[in-house]
Amino acid sequence: MKKTIITVVGKDTVGIIAKVCTYLAENKVNILDISQTIVQGFFNMMMIVDAGKIDKSFGQFSDEIRAIGEDIGVQIRVQQEDIFNSMHRI
Amino acid sequence: MINIFEVNETNKMIEQENLDVRTITLGISLLDCIDSDVDKLCDKVYNKITTLAKDLVSTGEEIEKKYGIPIVNKRISITPAAIVGGAACKTEKDFVKLAKTLDKAAKKVGVNFLGGYSALVSKGMTAADELLIRSIPEALSVTERVCSSINVGSTKTGLNMDAVKLMGEMVLKTAEYTKEDDCLGCAKLVVFCNAPDDNPFMAGAFHGVTEADAIINVGVSGPGVVKTALEKVRGENFEVLCETIKKTAFKVTRVGQLVAKEASEKLGIPFGIIDLSLAPTPAVGDSVADILKEIGLEHPGAPGTTAALALLNDQVKKGGVMASSYVGGLSGAFIPVSEDQGMIDAVNAGALTIEKLEAMTCVCSVGLDMIAIPGDTSADTIAGIIADESAIGMINQKTTAVRVIPVIGKGVGETVEFGGLLGYAPIMPVNSFSCEQFVNRGGRIPAPIHSFKN
Repeated sequence: MKKTIITVVGKDTVGIIAKVCTYLAENKVNILDISQTIVQGFFNMMMIVDAGKIDKSFGQFSDEIRAIGEDIGVQIRVQQEDIFNSMHRI
Repeated sequence: MINIFEVNETNKMIEQENLDVRTITLGISLLDCIDSDVDKLCDKVYNKITTLAKDLVSTGEEIEKKYGIPIVNKRISITPAAIVGGAACKTEKDFVKLAKTLDKAAKKVGVNFLGGYSALVSKGMTAADELLIRSIPEALSVTERVCSSINVGSTKTGLNMDAVKLMGEMVLKTAEYTKEDDCLGCAKLVVFCNAPDDNPFMAGAFHGVTEADAIINVGVSGPGVVKTALEKVRGENFEVLCETIKKTAFKVTRVGQLVAKEASEKLGIPFGIIDLSLAPTPAVGDSVADILKEIGLEHPGAPGTTAALALLNDQVKKGGVMASSYVGGLSGAFIPVSEDQGMIDAVNAGALTIEKLEAMTCVCSVGLDMIAIPGDTSADTIAGIIADESAIGMINQKTTAVRVIPVIGKGVGETVEFGGLLGYAPIMPVNSFSCEQFVNRGGRIPAPIHSFKN
């Protein structure tokens, strides 16, 4: 199972996690791990999810969740975990 | 498991430090398209390219989405056109026809450049080679995306000085043919010594005859990433400096490796090599000159520049070969002038001259690249520049190249604007003493001895 990493970066505000999680639940995306910090007033969250059951293409998933981010004024990225494994693990 | 800091580090490289995959280049052999009829040849070439590369751009975009990393260019390299067109092209016009076909195919599949309008003449020229070379000015002026490269020498064969002289003339003629477009044709024309068969970077990419039918080569870049990493070790000794460059190069190459494997699987075409080159762009923060400054130079060109570049180039390679088993192409640091804001600044400040750039090319991965010179420079002088640069490559067993742009109607102190990735360049003075008798001798410079190294 290929894991997907979702990162959310932006100004902290009410309901960021709620909005993202609602979208994920509606699309049958299972959250495996969440870590979150506030760095200099900026909300910084990383989710590791399993998007194996989603009905949409990865591109569509990525575009939709990015649009949700734009609505709440944060930047959301979706990337498959391989890029991080390649770069940080030998 | 991946942690938030690692994820942030990668994303910061992509967002703020211009880490990108510079190019996925699909190498296509056109040897099976050879025909004695030029129209049939063009049809076969067009069909093969548009069939093999039809999904190249969409695949690139898909991978871009999947990993969130920009893949800036999707390109094609082909078997040197002089070989492909040898049987069919009896005149320069025939070769121009082939160039137009290549341009049409490139546009059809949506790649921004197609390289391989090339001839390999390191020892001698066939009739077809010479026709192709003579057709370059017209071919580059009537096409938009075709790139041309000529290999005029190698360590094993020596330098073909007849070809060097001819290329001096052709570079100037190409400038004249494209003078309405700021002599842009010359930005698509490279003269090589020891040209690699698997280079994915333009304008010098071609698909060597030693390669398979089709192959995916990937060029990664990230001068900004190296620069930012070095900011954190300011004032530290050379060991720390080198270690930092090496680690960064490793990380960058791994991304390229991932993208290359993915593209290879999706397209069903074998993976060739990763070319890890620090290739600057005119964007702020995407500069090799800035790395040299971070290493400790006021401007590139200051004493110490060659040493700094040598260590940079070597560490980049060391990091890269650990990250991928198939590192190839040009791998190293590119030092084009027009494509690097820091280099332009150094030229404007009077710190950097063509002579110093020539010295720098002894230790970096390519050569005199994207340098604008006065439009009244003679063909012989350009041939002399090519001969000097090729001699460096021949003696030092490395690839060297010349991509100079004589800007017709302009002189030292003026600038020329190419736009896009090619940037803009201040016109640099060229030594005006004559080398006419030297380049007009004719024949070739023998291959160097491989012993008694000093």
